[in-house]
Amino acid sequence: MTTSQPTSQSISNPMLSSNTARAIAAHAILITYTIIALFPVVVIVINSFKSRNAIFRSPLSPPNSETFSLIGYETVIKQGDFLLYFQNSLTVTIISLTMVLFFGAMAAFALAEYRFKLNLLTGLYLALGIMIPIRLGTVAILQMMVASGLVNTLTALILVYTAQGLPLAIFILSEFMQGISDDLKNAGRIDGLSEYRIFLRLVLPLVRPAMATVAVFTMIPIWNDLWFPLILAPAEEVKTVTLGAQVFIGQFVTNWNAVLASLSLAIVPVLILYLIFSKQLIKGITSGAVK
Amino acid sequence: MGSLSLKNIHKSFGDVEVLKGIDLEVEDGEFVIFVGPSGCGKSTLLRIIAGLENESSGIIEIDGEVMNAQPPTKRGISMVFQTYALYPHLTVRDNMSLGLKQTKRPAEEIKSQVALASSMLALDEYLDRRPAELSGGQRQRVAIGRAIVRKPELFLFDEPLSNLDAALRVNTRLEIARLHRQLSATMIYVTHDQVEAMTLADRIVVLHDGMVEQIGTPMELYNSPANKFVAGFIGSPQMNFIPAQVLSDDKATTIGIRPEHIILTQEDGDVSGTVSHIERLGGDTNVYLDCGEAGLISTRLFGEHDYEVDSKLSAKFDPDRVYRFDQNGDTITA
Repeated sequence: MTTSQPTSQSISNPMLSSNTARAIAAHAILITYTIIALFPVVVIVINSFKSRNAIFRSPLSPPNSETFSLIGYETVIKQGDFLLYFQNSLTVTIISLTMVLFFGAMAAFALAEYRFKLNLLTGLYLALGIMIPIRLGTVAILQMMVASGLVNTLTALILVYTAQGLPLAIFILSEFMQGISDDLKNAGRIDGLSEYRIFLRLVLPLVRPAMATVAVFTMIPIWNDLWFPLILAPAEEVKTVTLGAQVFIGQFVTNWNAVLASLSLAIVPVLILYLIFSKQLIKGITSGAVK
Repeated sequence: MGSLSLKNIHKSFGDVEVLKGIDLEVEDGEFVIFVGPSGCGKSTLLRIIAGLENESSGIIEIDGEVMNAQPPTKRGISMVFQTYALYPHLTVRDNMSLGLKQTKRPAEEIKSQVALASSMLALDEYLDRRPAELSGGQRQRVAIGRAIVRKPELFLFDEPLSNLDAALRVNTRLEIARLHRQLSATMIYVTHDQVEAMTLADRIVVLHDGMVEQIGTPMELYNSPANKFVAGFIGSPQMNFIPAQVLSDDKATTIGIRPEHIILTQEDGDVSGTVSHIERLGGDTNVYLDCGEAGLISTRLFGEHDYEVDSKLSAKFDPDRVYRFDQNGDTITA
């Protein structure tokens, strides 16, 4: 025993240190990435709390007692209808997201569960949208919206974003749904669950992590989009936050305080939604496997 | 209540015919086991009985009623799956009661049924846990409990023990046998393990290549197999098959003799050879004899025996236990 102990320690020591080295390297890479990713966000947020002069004098320093100013936020709240813009953005994002998740999951279930003749072709057709950017069809979409009288309505945006989000949602969710054991669904059938119940009560809870992933991937581009609000719904009462923030960017003068403040505010709701979904994601992972 | 009748069941997947005309009558309260090598169609047949798979042709009657067009839930069956197939997001109690809730039974009845099943299977203390918090054996008991709660006419088991380790398998096997006695329900059970089949079944259905090879009680299959396939499939270690001309028997093509019906001797026997390997199991000793033209002969001796590897021995066959098969593999009776 006594003789074997030093040998085992001398073996385990280099292994331990190489493990630590690997951990340090991994953390260094991740921390670097985090800094790069967070840098612009942090700059926006700290500068939104500074006076105009301070923004330009030292853009990277945090606000102190001299440079601290809420002028940006005051302007945003006074000028423009930001509460309305927020409401519009939230309405569009949440309704589109719900529709993408719901219809996407339904289509994915059909593709994964039922063997019918054009199954593969239908799947490919539905996935095509991942490869073809929806913006290529902007002119046609605009014509369609004009013809149906939907220009300057939130409905127009919701329809476009639902179409935009569906392909990826169907693709990811059908992969996940194929992974759910047939026995489980068959057990449900024997217990007398209808196909709708099997979908809603067995399959959906099990693909919750995938749903959360899809939700995050779908939500961010919708919230941040400037293109479609600008083209399809530029009217004052249906403006989204990103479009609303453009009010402060002029051709000659830009109100940086207000722009930064409005952008900072725009981060908050999407951050909250993200936190909700990521919690679901973690819950799904830890809730235990099928077997 | 609980009889099953299959008439000329066929099933094809595309061009592949997996079931080629299955006929079977199961009486009320019988324990029938489908056994066969993998790919023989036994699980498909069980799924067809359950209604999870559509038959290509043929008639399924449960309790005298034609069930072909009925969905699984209307057939009066319960099924236990190999992968347990418990609902992972529901507690043990909810797993067991979901089927009854679905048929809108009164809450009192659901409660008493779940209580009955859980006490039968010793699951009382786990009722509020989720499947992920249970061991494999416990999960399989929950799956069995879920089947009991529905009070089916017919229990279907799809290889229920194959995901369990050896010790647990024996325990669960005993448990299933006890349940069958207690509930006196009709049970259909699929397995590829002939030991499970022999120990549990009232009758065994041996399937091979989508066809029934033989139906009979375990001892009928052991003592009078209809053909070479059944003779080889039932019994462990496997029956020895020896080309008939080696033993100068011109009426048969193949001679079969079970390892336990051979005596090893130093004197003249039916075949002789050298010992190639010995397995000492304590209660039994398996001796493998390399007999040249006759092939490798396995013998199973009761108790402990000592033979040297490479020593010369002869094997004497019990003449009453020798089976003869013709060129089609069918047993020659006479």
